[in-house]
Amino acid sequence: MIRTPLRPLARILHARATGENPDAIERENLSLRHQEMQVQSRQRAEGRLLVLGLFFVCAFGAIIARMATTAVSEPAEPVASVPGSAIAMQRADIVDRKGRLLATNFETHSLYAQPPQMIDPIGAAEKLVEIFPDLDRERLIKDFTGKRKFLWVKKKISPEQLQAVHDIGDPGLMFGPREMRLYPNGSLAAHVLGGAGFGKEGVNAAEVIGVAGVERQFDDYLRDPANGGKPLQLSLDLTVQAAAEQVLYGGMKLMNAKGATSILMDAQTGEVISVVSFPDFDPNDRPRPPASGFDPSVSPLFNRAVQGVYELGSTFKIFTAAQAMDLGLVGADTVIDTRGPLRWGRFAIRDFRNYGNEMSVTKIIVKSSNIGTARLAQQIGVERQKSFLDTLGMLEPTPFEISEAAGGKPLLPANWSELSAMTISYGHGISTTPMHLAAGYAAVANGGRYVAPTILKQNGPQLGERVMSEASAAAARKMLRKVVSEGTASFAEVEGYQVGGKTGTADKPKPRGGYYDDKVIATFASIFPAHDPKYVLIVTLDEPSIIAHGEERRTAGWTATPVAAEMIGRVAPLLGLRPQVEPAEVTGITLTSN
Amino acid sequence: MKTLLYAATCLAVFGLAFWAYRENYATQQVLKETRALQQQIGAAQVRLSVLRAEWAYLNRPQRLRDLADINFDRLGLLPLRPDQFGRVDEVSYPAPPELEITNEVEVSGLNLRTQP
Repeated sequence: MIRTPLRPLARILHARATGENPDAIERENLSLRHQEMQVQSRQRAEGRLLVLGLFFVCAFGAIIARMATTAVSEPAEPVASVPGSAIAMQRADIVDRKGRLLATNFETHSLYAQPPQMIDPIGAAEKLVEIFPDLDRERLIKDFTGKRKFLWVKKKISPEQLQAVHDIGDPGLMFGPREMRLYPNGSLAAHVLGGAGFGKEGVNAAEVIGVAGVERQFDDYLRDPANGGKPLQLSLDLTVQAAAEQVLYGGMKLMNAKGATSILMDAQTGEVISVVSFPDFDPNDRPRPPASGFDPSVSPLFNRAVQGVYELGSTFKIFTAAQAMDLGLVGADTVIDTRGPLRWGRFAIRDFRNYGNEMSVTKIIVKSSNIGTARLAQQIGVERQKSFLDTLGMLEPTPFEISEAAGGKPLLPANWSELSAMTISYGHGISTTPMHLAAGYAAVANGGRYVAPTILKQNGPQLGERVMSEASAAAARKMLRKVVSEGTASFAEVEGYQVGGKTGTADKPKPRGGYYDDKVIATFASIFPAHDPKYVLIVTLDEPSIIAHGEERRTAGWTATPVAAEMIGRVAPLLGLRPQVEPAEVTGITLTSN
Repeated sequence: MKTLLYAATCLAVFGLAFWAYRENYATQQVLKETRALQQQIGAAQVRLSVLRAEWAYLNRPQRLRDLADINFDRLGLLPLRPDQFGRVDEVSYPAPPELEITNEVEVSGLNLRTQP
C-alpha cells in the first residue's frame, strides 16, 4: 500500500515559497485520509452485515427445511432410543388370581380377495368352498365375477387353512395379518370374560375391541400401550371356577332346571372367586345376541348372576331379622305373634305350613315364616327398611365390574307402602340379582360392613360403611347356622365346614303379570364356616323340579341346597379351607418314611 | 510456521471427515443390528405368547378332567375332598435307623438268623 505523506515535501516547499500556510496542506491530506478510512470501514461493516444476514438466512432455511421434511415424512419408530420392544401385542392378557391365562392374543391371518387380479375366479371359488364348507358357493362366484374390487372372505383362518388357500395359487387371494383374541379355557368363565371382536379393519391390521364382560368394561385399560402389556388380574380362581361350573352343571341337569347361577365371594374383600351362569357359551365363538322380541333370558349370553333380576324370596328374611335386632326392636329369642293368615286390606300373608301361634325370631328364620318377618317389618317401618336395603346396595345396580352389571337394576315397588315393606321383608315385591344378594350376605358374614363385589384381585379387606352392628351380624349368623342344622336347609350340612344359610323359593312372574304356579326360582344363600365366615355362596336354580319321596318338589331346600352343599364340599378344599373336624379315617394318610 | 498451521488444519479436516464418515457407517450398522434384534425379540415374544396360549390350552380344566378320567385305572385321581386333609401330627416320625448287621452269627444249629 502506498502511503500518501501528510506533508509532501514538494508541496510544502512550494507553499513556503508562495507564502501559504503549509499546515493547510497537512489538514487537507489528513481529511482525505480520514475519508478514505471511513469508506473502508463502512465497506467492512456492510460486508459483516451481509455475512450475518446470510448466516441467519441459512439458519432459518435449515429450520424450515427440517420442519418441512418432518411434516412430510412418514412417522418411523425411533430404533435406537426404545428400551426394548415392550409392546408386542395390541391387547393385554387377562389372568386369574394366580396368574393363569384366561385370555390372550394369537397371531393369525385374514383372507381377502381382489377379483380384478384373479385368474380363475370360478375355480378359486370352488376350491375355497372345499376348504371352508360354510361359504356359499353361488355367492362367492357372484362376488368374484362381478364388479367388486375387494371383499373379505374370512376374518380369521388357521395356519392349515392358510396353507391350503396358498396352494390354490390365485394371485387375487391375499392374506392380511390379524391378532385375534383367544380364550384357551373355552367356555370357562365365559360370562365374565365376555368376548372380543374386530373394530376398524384394514388390510394390514384390525382393531380388537371387547364386546362384553370384562373385555368391554376394561377395554381402555387392555388397549392402553402405557401399561406395557401388563395383564389384567381378575379375582377369579380358575380351578375353583372349573369345579363350580362342573358341580352347578351337574346340579342343574339333576334338578331339571333350565338355568342356574352361582356366586362364590370372599366376605372380607368382596372378591368374586367364581361366578357361573348356565346356559353358557364359548367366548372364542360368541353367539349373536337374540333378536328383539325373544325373551333375552333364554339366550346363553344372558348372565343370570348380574342380569337376572328376580324376586329372591325368603333369602331376604335374614336382612329383616338382622335389622330388627340391630335397631333393638327384638332379640334373637323375642317371641312374635305368628297367627295366620296375616291380613292387610285385601291381601293375606300365609306361611308354607302353619307353624303355631307364636315363635321366637330365631324360629321365624329357621322355619322361614312369612308372617313372622312381616310382623318384624311392621315394627321396622317403611323408611328404615328402605334406607337399610339402600346401605346394602339393594336399590342400585351392583358395582361389579363387568359391562352387563349396569343392566341389573333392581325392580322396586313404585309406591313403597307398608304392605310393600311387609312383602319385601320376605323377599317378594323387590327383585334383585343374585350378586346383590351375595353383597348383602357378605355384610352379615364379615360382621356388618358392606363390601362391594369386585372382579379385580384386591390386596386385603375392602370393608365399606357399617350396615349393622357386630353383635347383630353375629346373631344373624347364628340363625343362618340354625337354618342348616335344624331348619329348612338340612341338606346343606357339609361335615367340617359349618355351613349357615337361608333357602328362598319364589314363584316366577308371568311376562303379562301374575305368577306361575309351577315355576319357581330356588335360591340358597350361604356363608361358611358359620362361626368365622370366609366365603359367601349363592346358588340359584331356574325352574327346578325333582321327584323325591314320591312327590314333585321345587322348594330350594330340595333343589338348590343339595347343589350348594356339593359345591362347598368341592370348592372349600380347593380354597385351602381345612375342615374343622378330625378326618373320619386316618388310614388314608401316607407315611413319609419307610 | 503458517504453512505448518495450514497443513495441520487440512490434516485435521481430513481426519475429522474420515472420523465422521466412519461413525456414520458404524451408527448405521448398529441401527441395523438393533432393528434385527428387535425383530428377533418380537418374534420371540410372539412365539412365547403362542407357547403360553398352548400351555394354557393344554392345561384347561376340561382336558385335565378328561385325562384324569381316561387314566383313572393307572392314576386313580379324584377331586380333592374335605376328608383328605390330614394333620402334621398324624404323620409318624421316620423310624430310627436300624443297626446294620453285616457279620451274621449263628445262634443255634437250626439255621436261625438274627433278623435285620
